[in-house]
Amino acid sequence: MAQTQTHFELFELPVSFDIDLQDLSQRYRKLQRVVHPDKFANASDRERRLSVDKAATVNDAYQILKSPQRRARYMLELQFVSFDDEKDMALDPAFLMEQIELREALEELNHDSDPISSLNQIMADIKKRITAVLDEIRENLGQAQLDDMQKNNVKQLVHKMQFLNKLQQEAEYQEENLLDAL
Amino acid sequence: MALLQISEPGQSTNPHEHRLAAGIDLGTTNSLIASVKSGKAEILNDEQGSDTLPSVVRYTANKIIVGTDAKSAAAKDPLNTISSVKRYMGRGLTDIKELGGRRPYEFAEGDSAVPRIRTVAGDVSPIEVSAEILKSLKSRAEAALGDSLTGVVITVPAYFDDAQRQATKDAGKLAGLNVLRLLNEPTAAAVAYGLDKKAEGVIAVYDLGGGTFDISILRLHKGVFEVMATAGDTTLGGDDFDYVIAKWIMQQAGINETEKDISHHQMRRLMRDACAAKETLSNMDSAELNIELDDGSNWSGHLTLDVFNELITLLVQKTLLPCRRALRDAGIDASEIKSVVMVGGSTRVPQVRDKVADFFQQQPLTDINPDTVVSMCAAIQADVLVGNKSGDDLLLLDVIPLSLGLETMGGLVEKVISRNTTIPVARAQDFTTFKDGQTAMSIHALQGERELVSDCRSLGRFTLHDIPSMVAGAARIRITFQVDADGLLSVTAREETTGVESGIEVKPSYGLTDTEIETMLRDSIEHAEDDVTARMLREQQVEAERVLEALQAALADDGGLLNAAERKQIDVAANKLSELSNGNELRAIKDAITELDKAATEFVARRMDGSIKKALAGHNVNEF
Repeated sequence: MAQTQTHFELFELPVSFDIDLQDLSQRYRKLQRVVHPDKFANASDRERRLSVDKAATVNDAYQILKSPQRRARYMLELQFVSFDDEKDMALDPAFLMEQIELREALEELNHDSDPISSLNQIMADIKKRITAVLDEIRENLGQAQLDDMQKNNVKQLVHKMQFLNKLQQEAEYQEENLLDAL
Repeated sequence: MALLQISEPGQSTNPHEHRLAAGIDLGTTNSLIASVKSGKAEILNDEQGSDTLPSVVRYTANKIIVGTDAKSAAAKDPLNTISSVKRYMGRGLTDIKELGGRRPYEFAEGDSAVPRIRTVAGDVSPIEVSAEILKSLKSRAEAALGDSLTGVVITVPAYFDDAQRQATKDAGKLAGLNVLRLLNEPTAAAVAYGLDKKAEGVIAVYDLGGGTFDISILRLHKGVFEVMATAGDTTLGGDDFDYVIAKWIMQQAGINETEKDISHHQMRRLMRDACAAKETLSNMDSAELNIELDDGSNWSGHLTLDVFNELITLLVQKTLLPCRRALRDAGIDASEIKSVVMVGGSTRVPQVRDKVADFFQQQPLTDINPDTVVSMCAAIQADVLVGNKSGDDLLLLDVIPLSLGLETMGGLVEKVISRNTTIPVARAQDFTTFKDGQTAMSIHALQGERELVSDCRSLGRFTLHDIPSMVAGAARIRITFQVDADGLLSVTAREETTGVESGIEVKPSYGLTDTEIETMLRDSIEHAEDDVTARMLREQQVEAERVLEALQAALADDGGLLNAAERKQIDVAANKLSELSNGNELRAIKDAITELDKAATEFVARRMDGSIKKALAGHNVNEF
């Protein structure tokens, strides 16, 4: 199999943002059944090494296709949009402002009288925003070929998702700390 | 437990060639070995008919004693009798000191990264101690099965990090075993449960052993066992229950609590009596205690279940944090768990059962034997892996328990692979040089979830050589981290603009280097007065045979993928190896294996692609 095979091709799926997750996981299991190293315990060294590589590729492709944010980003990359996370952070000011506010709210939890319910509120808020951005991505990625402006638009949305996901992780980290302290 | 009897299509071996395989549960307290005999997994007993082997090794001036006899000598000869050595696997001297005076051995300061315990028979590393346990199990199996073992599967706690896994595998190597696979203990238990109950859906396995705790959440789907998340604590187990009881006894008996005042003998006796009391309290409300003190007097009293419960509350509570984390990482709620399977001897403690029931809002299942289930399942997998039976129905997809990262500027860790990623996994990261003409660089690999290097576990330092000399910043060195199905990390590097592969030298932080292992192996062979070269030749001949057999099977199935010229090239290389393998030229056999491997490159790749295509052929959305 050439290096140029896309993850969609590996899973024999059309390039599309909408993916049936149950179907995806079935395809995943079918692929792992034939490439997993356990199937090659008695094979030659080369076959064993190849199997580890293939199984890793299948795992990676599955993770990317399964996650909406990573799938969107991957679809853009297939259309030659390159990401440079450190330079690409020119997001719209209103969004950044919101982010800062949410982050501050997270940091102030320690002084809250009922930190857990405040945290739950913040987490629900983040979740709502993620869903909204996701809907927007889906709408934009609907067209087969994107023009430059659309590409840039989706790219911004993917970055927003990354921000929100990071924030969600931090909220979960805080939750862990709070619960540990109980 | 019900076992699958699977017919043997395709590459099956014929009955005369039945290969002997075994599963080993290398436990903190006890170890077991099992094997599949006429389609059924069975624990292999020793000559006295006992199934478990206490994981205790006693060193005397002229011999090494393993198991029951060693265990009963522990209180008499504490410094030379090593128990719970699993807790030291893959650990550094500082980690061990942190465990307190609880394990009263003397450690030697050495230049190796591996701590060594001082005994009358010399200094021994935890890996060597484990190897003694494995050797004892190996000879037990060979006596029971009547021939030598082709391969084994050894189980490890799911939460074992890279160093602990590597140490276990090295112990297997030292014991002269061919370790086919390291299998995570809770995954093994899940497989046993799934096969037995034909269960589908999401289950949790709560595994509390003598020294380690694991929680794994798995999705079972038609023979596929997919670990969704795992968490745990590799320094928490039944030993800790014993310790809190021992401390309580000290208090009651008026023994000075500062541990350095207690003799090694006294401590061992206390731990033994504490353990016995704990076991009594699994079925009774109170346990009698009769303690022999150092001054020859006795103290007697009793420990009630209520007091015991109070003593261990915090410890049991400590297991619930990983449970919560595993659920969250799996992205599910406790109510979505269909069953909770209990494994490990410490799940016999009533409070453990109660707290687990509360947490998961259901009665946990305690009907599979928590002591033997893990080794039985390892035996089933070993049997599949050596090729005795086609494992078409069974697929285990496990995860890496702790994130892997690299040290970056300012003592920070950058995550490369996050925890609970399905293995095998590979991730590449690009680096560049910061000086003109720089030809080497060093990478520090770490495992853990924290941001600071000092809070994570150091796995090792990888030094890259042979980087082509360029101006600063021009080189693009792509370093690939690969974690295999055993959860073990390997690192490769190449400079992308020139395509030059870099040499990598690995210096494990808490493990043996390959050279050290080689030396130990050589030493042990020399002790056995065996001829080293003869043994190496024999091993190479066996390897040649294995390679040829695998190739013949592949050609029989997929020979059609090759044209005549390609086929001829492979046949020539195979014939050459076949001829040489009967001779006694070690080097020539090795080279012929490499050559055949090269000749078959394209064939192997085509075969893999073909099977991928076949796997998805006829797939449709409505299947489930």
